[in-house]
Amino acid sequence: MIALFLRDLKLAIRAGGGFGLGLAFFLIVTVLVPFSIGPQTDLLTRIAPGVLWLGALLACLLSLDRLLALDWEDGTLDLLATAPIPLEAVVTVKALSHWVVTGLPLVLAAPVLGVMLNLPLEGFVPLVLSLLLGTPALSVIGTFGAALTVGLKRGGLLLSLLVLPLYVPTLIFGAEAARRGAQGLEAGTPLLLVAGITAFAAGLLPLASAAVLRVNLR
Amino acid sequence: MSLWKYSNPSKFLTTSERILPWVWTLAAICLIGGLVWGFFFTPDDYRMGSTVKIFYLHVPAALMAINAWLMMLIASLIWLIRRHHVSALAARAAAPVGAAMTVIALVTGAIWGQPMWGTWWVWDPRLTSFLILFLFYLGYIALWSAIEDPDTAADLTSITCLVGSVFALLSRYAVNFWNQGLHQGASMSLDKEQNVANVFWFPAVTCIAGFVLLFVALVLYRTGTEIRARRMRALLARERAVA
Repeated sequence: MIALFLRDLKLAIRAGGGFGLGLAFFLIVTVLVPFSIGPQTDLLTRIAPGVLWLGALLACLLSLDRLLALDWEDGTLDLLATAPIPLEAVVTVKALSHWVVTGLPLVLAAPVLGVMLNLPLEGFVPLVLSLLLGTPALSVIGTFGAALTVGLKRGGLLLSLLVLPLYVPTLIFGAEAARRGAQGLEAGTPLLLVAGITAFAAGLLPLASAAVLRVNLR
Repeated sequence: MSLWKYSNPSKFLTTSERILPWVWTLAAICLIGGLVWGFFFTPDDYRMGSTVKIFYLHVPAALMAINAWLMMLIASLIWLIRRHHVSALAARAAAPVGAAMTVIALVTGAIWGQPMWGTWWVWDPRLTSFLILFLFYLGYIALWSAIEDPDTAADLTSITCLVGSVFALLSRYAVNFWNQGLHQGASMSLDKEQNVANVFWFPAVTCIAGFVLLFVALVLYRTGTEIRARRMRALLARERAVA
């Protein structure tokens, strides 16, 4: 499992792996927001937590179709399916490496973009915490979507249609925690709820992802 | 004798063909009767006037939108556990009907909301969770039509239906957390004291029965169509193999 994890990381970081693309997308989306709604700082302050959460979510979504597709095309997935480790573990490792490559950089970049959107000082800790707790859920749910559409020729759009509704609870609680933090309110409850969703998704969804992958590999 | 004998497509087709005319007729009677009764023979509400009458469409449609998904969930489980093709096809047949019910509920709600709340749409928990339910229906239908192999499609959509049910439920309660509602709570219930007067209650129940029967009829009919379409495809494939 560790070998698989390191392999995925290496593939992502080395040339052509697309590492940092999600990060660049996150940056561009955040830069475009003031262009579309105007540069008034008080307005930006109000919407900053939501914009950052939405940007992180879309950046995560963007990288999903590469999550399993490359391994599917060159036959690595067939080998992994017959490997001695269970497919559930493979899927979990895939989600974890996707999070390390995509989710973690987003979490680290969010404070910088928060400064650009004039996020109030007390909002930074809840924002980073909520993203830290919430983005793993995005990766795990996304892995399910990627496993579902891996056999399809034009699965990209369908993937978004299937995955985005599943992102709703995570987005609601995560953005709520960040918003409450930015307004100086107590953000513990939504943070706990977002952590709960992550734990729930990480615990149960790999079963579904592996089941779906087995069907697709049949 | 058990329910499972209807997992045989031929048995299903003959039985459903025998009962379908009855279900259609009963659905028509209940719907026409209930709607005419509700629209023309009930008094106007003292505060909401005649706009209240749209609920004879709104409430049953909303009810069926949720129940259709439940039916799909059960059919998906039956397919995953017992591998009856009729079950998978019934789930497929129910999805567009459920999506249509969701649209009816949303549209009638908006038409009522405009004069009463002063807005077509608010981001109210109930409205929002219905919109999310509609998105789930869209994804489910799109997935069915995207996959060519019927068994793979049935497997993948069934698992999607299970996962979707869990997340739809999560969203349903998550939106409560996110915004306070404008929509009223349930006023019709089986186990609590009802606060709908009998003059409104009886036509409403007739309409609900009509919608349930309509749903059953549509699903039986569409499942039959799916079975025939699949048989036709099998025949064509066989013909091509011979030639």
